[in-house]
Amino acid sequence: MNWKLWSLKKSVWVFHVNTGACNNCDIEIVNLLTPKFDVERFGIKLVGSPRHADALLVTGVGTRQAALRLQEVYRQTSKPCVVFCMGACACGTGIFEGAYHVAGPVDKIVKEVDPNAIVAYVPGCPPKPEAMISGVVKALAAI
Amino acid sequence: MKETARKSVLAVGPFHPLQEEMEFFQLTVDGETVTDIDVRISYNHRGIEKLSETLQFDQVPFLVSRICGICSASHPLAYVQAVEEIAQVKVPERALYVRTIINELERIHSHLLWVGLAGHFIGYDTVFMWAWKYREPVLDLLEEITGNRNNYGNVRIGGCREDVPDDVRPRILAELDTIEKKTEMLTKAVLDDPVLHARLKGVGVLQKDAAVDFAVTGPTARGSGVPIDVRHDDPYAAYADLDWKVISQTEGDVFAKAVVRLLETFESIKMVREALQKLPSGPVAAEVKEIPPGEGCGHAEAPRGETFHYVRSDGGNRPIRHKVRAPSYVNVPSFKASCIGQHIADVTLTLAAVDPCYSCTERVAVLDSHDSVIHDYASLLQLSRAKTAQLRKEIGTPVMKLEDI
Amino acid sequence: MNQQTLDKRLEETADRLIGIERTQENRVYLLCESENVYDVCRFLFDTLNLRFVITTGVDAEHCFEVLHHFADDECGCMVTVKAFVRDRENPELDSITPLIPGAEWIEREIHDILGIAFTHHPNLQRLILNDDWPEGVYPLRKEVQP
Repeated sequence: MNWKLWSLKKSVWVFHVNTGACNNCDIEIVNLLTPKFDVERFGIKLVGSPRHADALLVTGVGTRQAALRLQEVYRQTSKPCVVFCMGACACGTGIFEGAYHVAGPVDKIVKEVDPNAIVAYVPGCPPKPEAMISGVVKALAAI
Repeated sequence: MKETARKSVLAVGPFHPLQEEMEFFQLTVDGETVTDIDVRISYNHRGIEKLSETLQFDQVPFLVSRICGICSASHPLAYVQAVEEIAQVKVPERALYVRTIINELERIHSHLLWVGLAGHFIGYDTVFMWAWKYREPVLDLLEEITGNRNNYGNVRIGGCREDVPDDVRPRILAELDTIEKKTEMLTKAVLDDPVLHARLKGVGVLQKDAAVDFAVTGPTARGSGVPIDVRHDDPYAAYADLDWKVISQTEGDVFAKAVVRLLETFESIKMVREALQKLPSGPVAAEVKEIPPGEGCGHAEAPRGETFHYVRSDGGNRPIRHKVRAPSYVNVPSFKASCIGQHIADVTLTLAAVDPCYSCTERVAVLDSHDSVIHDYASLLQLSRAKTAQLRKEIGTPVMKLEDI
Repeated sequence: MNQQTLDKRLEETADRLIGIERTQENRVYLLCESENVYDVCRFLFDTLNLRFVITTGVDAEHCFEVLHHFADDECGCMVTVKAFVRDRENPELDSITPLIPGAEWIEREIHDILGIAFTHHPNLQRLILNDDWPEGVYPLRKEVQP
């Protein structure tokens, strides 16, 4: 295994990007930090800068205004970087499909910058915190 | 040119570690003091009003509950009230009570969420962890009733989709008692803390006349001495039958808004309890065949303020215009009145005080496990109380009791 | 103010209106032409002290309608000022932002998505659409598909 990928799997630092979500997935992500779920015991921690991040937790449909900013954030991350699409909107724009201000889904926006980007999907509206943890674990096991 | 050269501009956003949602603030500063503030939104604009015109009346509640994940009970409620006004539907009693219960449970978890975040904004992560821990059981109750932790999808035109099952009722009542005790402990800790007094009092004051000019609603208005509350002023659901009072404070600072939210949580707990006891029997939905042409306004009190929906129908099966006004839309612009003249460090907190659905992505504090001294809960509480007493002596803040308010 | 007093006070501005409609007891619609909208709103906001709620822009078939919603929180009544903007080519309406600072955002939003120009607005810049949205395309108009 590539040593970079190996080291990434041990303690994932994530940066949270909202690209036009309804706050549901966002709140559930913050929920992961609080006493009931507490993902920090697995070494997963939210960081304040994309430059420190091993993974991006992307929520939301990817609005036109947010798309360019998401690409900029992705460029700033250190590679390899796993992009997690959290929730139905990020996975496939969900109920907002075809709306005039939507540029998403997220994987389309990210792959414009890097066609080989590693993208993982956690569907649900919103995914339960347990589903998010399981999604992250499964994705890391697959790399 | 000279004018611009003297101004320093500070950008906050669009991705700021303290904010969940993307918003871009431009603060013009003079030293540490903010002299002007401008905002750029659009990052979150999804075109819901246009999308709503392509959906059928029955489908729209699912769309509007996704406007905001935390107000996902009040938005559909305001919408169905507007449609019920057009169609002149008589909603069954039991459905009105079920709507009240869901909405008040939502308010409890939303206010606790805000208290936690406000604590986090000022670097008081204990409050953050506590509040979010006590909020979890409420989400579990909502999951039990509606099937989802958020986005309940429970209201429909003419009533509710799901009933509150009878066997869950004792569980809810028992859980409410625990939540009430915990919230009381939290409230006492907040009111009693000299650091919070020093940090929150007099910060981000929104005067009463500014509150009226900016047409703010909800706890933001009630913290500034404008006692408006849709539940009281234009009663919907079952609020007219319940015994509760509108909480308001006159100071207009962040502390007042915190007090309003905390005390409202108790009112909500009381309301859920009473609604569960009074819950009438009968069906939870009335049959609605078609929506005649016409227009209707529906509003509901979301945790953040008044949610307003305007719906127009031409007699077809889709709305021809559907306008949504979320409470933050009028609350956020009031920063022009409350932030100018403040210190930079106070601005994020002042912006957060209106609860504009922000959240935090920053890392939170952990206990150092290599510390050789191991404290248990009791000894930590002891330490904390000793420190609070010492601080009170140093700062000299008055003792504030829950009973005095 | 109770409902009867409010109804009586609303009569005071009747000469500026083309009609008063009522869908139910506490939902009143004041219909007026675009030139009177500022005066009617000033009457509601300054004289009657109603709370400004929001503005709705509607693309009706032959004209635009701009609805300023006000609320009387004492009797729970919604008073809506419905102004007709008849010129579809160059829609214009007096801004109420100089009167009510809270209307700034919504007028900018309606300018973005419906293309109605609000005269005397202090800052009619783009608010809700993205930076490179094409000029002259107004998404909420009926001819634009979602």
